Amino acid sequence: MLDVLTLVTGVAALLLAAWCGWAAYRDQPTKDWHFIGMAVVSVLALVQLIVGIVQLARGEEPAQGTTIFVAYLLGAFACVPAAGFMSLGERTRWGSVTVAAGGVVLAVLEVRLYDIWTG
Amino acid sequence: MTSGQAEVTPVEEKPARLIGGPGLLLVWFYGVMVVGAVSRSAYQITTEFDRAPLAYSLSAAAGLVYGFITYSLVRGGETARRAAQVCCAAELAGVLVVGTWTLVDRDAFPDSTVWSDYGMGYVFIPVLLPLTALFWLRGARARQAG
Repeated sequence: MLDVLTLVTGVAALLLAAWCGWAAYRDQPTKDWHFIGMAVVSVLALVQLIVGIVQLARGEEPAQGTTIFVAYLLGAFACVPAAGFMSLGERTRWGSVTVAAGGVVLAVLEVRLYDIWTG
Repeated sequence: MTSGQAEVTPVEEKPARLIGGPGLLLVWFYGVMVVGAVSRSAYQITTEFDRAPLAYSLSAAAGLVYGFITYSLVRGGETARRAAQVCCAAELAGVLVVGTWTLVDRDAFPDSTVWSDYGMGYVFIPVLLPLTALFWLRGARARQAG
């Protein structure tokens, strides 16, 4: 369950990064559709956070430690909303670039999450 | 199709604003590094400090430098710009010194730091970031003057 979610969130994050990267290439700021995309990715990360905590509550142990696991879950959840919030104040292509960078960072976090969970 | 590359991006003309345009991306990456370095060192120092005290202390120092640069960029103004410039230079020196140190004397570092191997564990962002930032901050002064 968690592995599938990690994969899906990671892929979604990369898609978001590509999409916003495309907007930046075309010299456009982030628009409503992009924010809906960010919301979708953020919801995935939130579900992942909840599922992760439920798994912990059930007594399952991440291979590399619970604290690191929870820290990365929280970081993954905060990542895209933070970038989206920053892009609100920057109505140029650089807002789009920042969200694209946020998507890439989230994808990296997902890879690390997978490592931390499976060892 | 017109080439997007050919047009020069207009930069915010408001004086002393350091986070407009490309600066925003810079702040984002610095923010990520602050969270990465500070949380990592906080965890390592509280749980296993004795294992690699030097490495963990260096990570904590890196986190503080990143934090200060982020704050300066967001704050803006000429003083903050200069302070950020000094810190970026210090950061670059830190990455280069620690990066070389970790390669030369592996025994001193039982565990890696943020700056180990020039920041290879962080996709070399630690070494690319100060270079980009110094370039950006230099341009910020030119834009204010001109």
